[in-house]
Amino acid sequence: MIYSDLFFGFLKVGLFAFGGAYGAIPLIRDVVLSYGWLDDEMLTYIIAVSESTPGPIMVNLATYVGSSRAGLPGSVIATFAVVLPAFIIILLVMELLKTVLTNPYVQAALRGLKPCIVGIVLATGAFMILKNCFFSLNDLAINMKAVILTVFLSSIYFGARKISKPGISPIMLILLSAVSGIIVYV
Amino acid sequence: MLLDLFLSFAKIGLFTFGGGYAMISLIENVCVERKQWITHDDMMNMTVIAESTPGPIAINCATFVGYRQKGIAGAVAATFGMVLPSFCIIFLISKFFDRFLEIKWIAHAFQGIKCAVGILILDAAFKMISKMQKSIMSRVIMVCSFVAMLAVNIFSLRISSIVLMLTAALIGITVFLIKEKNADGGVEK
Repeated sequence: MIYSDLFFGFLKVGLFAFGGAYGAIPLIRDVVLSYGWLDDEMLTYIIAVSESTPGPIMVNLATYVGSSRAGLPGSVIATFAVVLPAFIIILLVMELLKTVLTNPYVQAALRGLKPCIVGIVLATGAFMILKNCFFSLNDLAINMKAVILTVFLSSIYFGARKISKPGISPIMLILLSAVSGIIVYV
Repeated sequence: MLLDLFLSFAKIGLFTFGGGYAMISLIENVCVERKQWITHDDMMNMTVIAESTPGPIAINCATFVGYRQKGIAGAVAATFGMVLPSFCIIFLISKFFDRFLEIKWIAHAFQGIKCAVGILILDAAFKMISKMQKSIMSRVIMVCSFVAMLAVNIFSLRISSIVLMLTAALIGITVFLIKEKNADGGVEK
């Protein structure tokens, strides 16, 4: 049943998404790919849309997936599910478990958890770039245009930060990538 | 008051792009400086809590401030306000996005955008690394989960990242217990 799948799928995302939006992307990818809700290509598009529209990225992704699978009720359910764990846990921490976060065992678990998330996010980013630069990972057919675009965009993005401190914003990068995509793929 | 919470967070939800961390400065501006709903110390405290609990950081903060002000009803009003603007926007977009992609030059634009998204995710990871505690354990866990996750992706293994996360949390607890035990042993001698 699509509604309960959406609910439990995004509840899982909301419950394990430590470290902000990008920490959640590997989880969301897990869930949407395993249910076949989106493919990798569509997922990257929606990440870009979520980054360029206001609001928490995780919530945006949940709303989109819910709506594309099951219309308005689907989007309400997915959005509700992704928000629910954060809401309940904050209330618990504030009211009943004021000391839970300073508990040495919880601290120890978080000390293990946080670097793991860093590794997972790093692997997801690296894999997305790899997959994008090859037409197929099996016969290693290189997508030259994507390689050129990736090198071009990352040198601008990371280079700008070297020159002046804040550098260019993610939205600027997305706009720039859209324009260069139009030029390169004409 | 409830309406004020709702509207303030709706405004924050409507005007912050790029999610979580970008939002924190705006929340500080509205909730600490202008409305004085929470103190600067609360704000620091809240950021730490948001980072140690799961879920969207913006939602964690909205729930925190709403609850401080007006209990459960306040928490609901603030969280609902935070979610509503982006919900409406994304819902509208989802209705025409597929047709939008059929337009040729837009499809080309998204071919370019695909490259940017990978860069943004890598960049987020680099920022996380620079903020990470630099102990041997955290480095080992980071490298191992990087390799494991990359292998999962490349070979399409059916291992969820949640399994990796739970394993890492267990390792964290185990290392802590071993250290405790060693410390106790040291005292006894």
